[in-house]
Amino acid sequence: MTITYREAMREALREALKSDERVFLMGEDVGRYGGSYAVSKGFLEEFGPERIRDTPLSELTFVGAGIGAAINGMRPIVEIMTVNFSLLALDQIVNMAAVLRHMSGGQWSIPIVIRMTTGAGRQLGAQHSHSLECWYAHIPGIKVLSPATIADARGMLAPALLDPDPVIIFEHAQLYNMEDELSDDASNWRCDIRSAAVRKKGNHLSLITYGGSLPKTMQAAELLAAEGINAEVIDLRVLRPLDIGTIIASVKNTHRAIVVDEGWKTCGLSAEIMALIMENAFYELDAPLARVCSEEVPIPYAKHLEDAALPQVSDIVSTARIMMGKE
Amino acid sequence: MTIPYDKDFAVVLLADMIRIRRMEEKAAEMYGLGKIRGFLHLYIGEEAIAVGALHALSPDDNVIATYREHGHALVRGITMNSIMAEMFGKREGCSRGRGGSMHLFDRATRFFGGTAIVASGIPLAVGLALADRMQKMQRVTACFFGDGAVAEGAFHESMNLAALWQLPVLFLCENNYYAMGTALDRYESQTDLCVKASSYKMPAVKVDGMDVVAVHETIKRAVSHVRAGNGPYFVELQAYRFRPHSMFDPELYRARDEVDEWRRRDPIQQYYARLSDEGKLSEAEYVALGANADQEINNAVDFAEAGTFEPIEDLHRDVYTTELVP
Repeated sequence: MTITYREAMREALREALKSDERVFLMGEDVGRYGGSYAVSKGFLEEFGPERIRDTPLSELTFVGAGIGAAINGMRPIVEIMTVNFSLLALDQIVNMAAVLRHMSGGQWSIPIVIRMTTGAGRQLGAQHSHSLECWYAHIPGIKVLSPATIADARGMLAPALLDPDPVIIFEHAQLYNMEDELSDDASNWRCDIRSAAVRKKGNHLSLITYGGSLPKTMQAAELLAAEGINAEVIDLRVLRPLDIGTIIASVKNTHRAIVVDEGWKTCGLSAEIMALIMENAFYELDAPLARVCSEEVPIPYAKHLEDAALPQVSDIVSTARIMMGKE
Repeated sequence: MTIPYDKDFAVVLLADMIRIRRMEEKAAEMYGLGKIRGFLHLYIGEEAIAVGALHALSPDDNVIATYREHGHALVRGITMNSIMAEMFGKREGCSRGRGGSMHLFDRATRFFGGTAIVASGIPLAVGLALADRMQKMQRVTACFFGDGAVAEGAFHESMNLAALWQLPVLFLCENNYYAMGTALDRYESQTDLCVKASSYKMPAVKVDGMDVVAVHETIKRAVSHVRAGNGPYFVELQAYRFRPHSMFDPELYRARDEVDEWRRRDPIQQYYARLSDEGKLSEAEYVALGANADQEINNAVDFAEAGTFEPIEDLHRDVYTTELVP
């Protein structure tokens, strides 16, 4: 069947709520409003106000309450409207959820799932558009997922809820309306939350990306294929812990790599991935590594400026051409 | 008011205050010897709060405290051995030596820390209580925090959410009149802390935190209110820390007279005098309580000394529940 990313996420949530009574959803406007991105539309009627909890605009406290509920027998799913707002809850995520287990000598697991949107492209300006996934991927003690396909949107929540540790799921806002075929056979989309995925095989260079940049990168790979450049596309899927094996295996095959990341370059995920390649596959490289990232500016409102600030398909294509000596 | 308890319980309250006091004094001594490092925040002067309050809870209730939590941990039932070993950084400590003085944890007694970001335990308490409510447990979550915490957003957000959802949280504000070195009237526009709590539509009462009987009676009433499902309850416990904020504090911000004034209201001396007046405790018995506490703390120091350090190979253990496959 053909469904949207939003519907896939909704079905995953519905399944979680149906299959485990410890699961509940909490966040701003998840109930009566139906979710600020309409992911939880209809849930309040279906599951009732005890399990679909509209919260005050108190990110710090409802995330902290999720952590408390998680160490006391529940399986909370906490929704934060956007990654920009999650900064209000950073203390509880970084100083509490991420450290509680280690600091207490292993006495508790913290099985919380925190979902939030990320990314730009909808002219929402500099306080709704940033990609701060790498801030969370920096932190030992949490796991960070970035579903970029319909199957991952449908399949990653269940293993995230089964995971005993805090898991953050980033849903790129540009992906919600993306449509694709989803197999009716659950075994085709029940996903692991450990590995990166090779989305397109290729042997000339590796395009390493994740989240909202995956569709752009796939499009770029198609354009490059038409010119005879056969790019391999790696979807990281899991931003912490990174699947180094898949990245390095690809680079050993292609000997060239470009990281495509909607985050900023400076101290970003792209920097980390390039460092990992240097540490693990330096002698495999036939060309200096390259990256296509957002410009180092707050994401602006005006369409032409926002477009200019973000990685575009044409940027990926031209960077690849240069790397292949074709430009 | 006559002490409204039988002799056994009346003496337990005194004994526990003395245990805390002696443990804290020994901790300071061990700090001087370099056995304990990092920050060390002593509870001396405020013992009546932890003792009076925790004796009003059931073993199955949840407790969260701050970085000045040795006394709470002890009265909650964590052994002195385990607390001292933790401060020594030993594997036999209640957090395997990973937490230290500020991060005592114990799952068995439902003691959820030991948190050192001011007010950060309050949202956690709301979540513990939410989970209990959703699972139809009759537990109360007792959340201790200092007066400094009421300036944090987390306090206000949590008071609102707990009251909005009528959660079984007992908010216990240990008002010792200083947020580290800044006096209450220098950082709060409204210094009546109960007014803040009342504005969230929950009962809010003040109590003399130097009087263990007053604390215990007040908290008993608060606990029954919360356990009966009537929503959260706020208690401001007014007390004073006799020692500096931490071992690094030169105490430039408060007058010697003020400290002396409060010391005259020492919770242990006051309560001992009452017990003595009522014929509930002889001097010999009082001396014996001190000797018992000294014995316990000396054993704890021996235990901590004899403890082992966690091997460095275990450094990465428990960052995650399951080992990550590289």
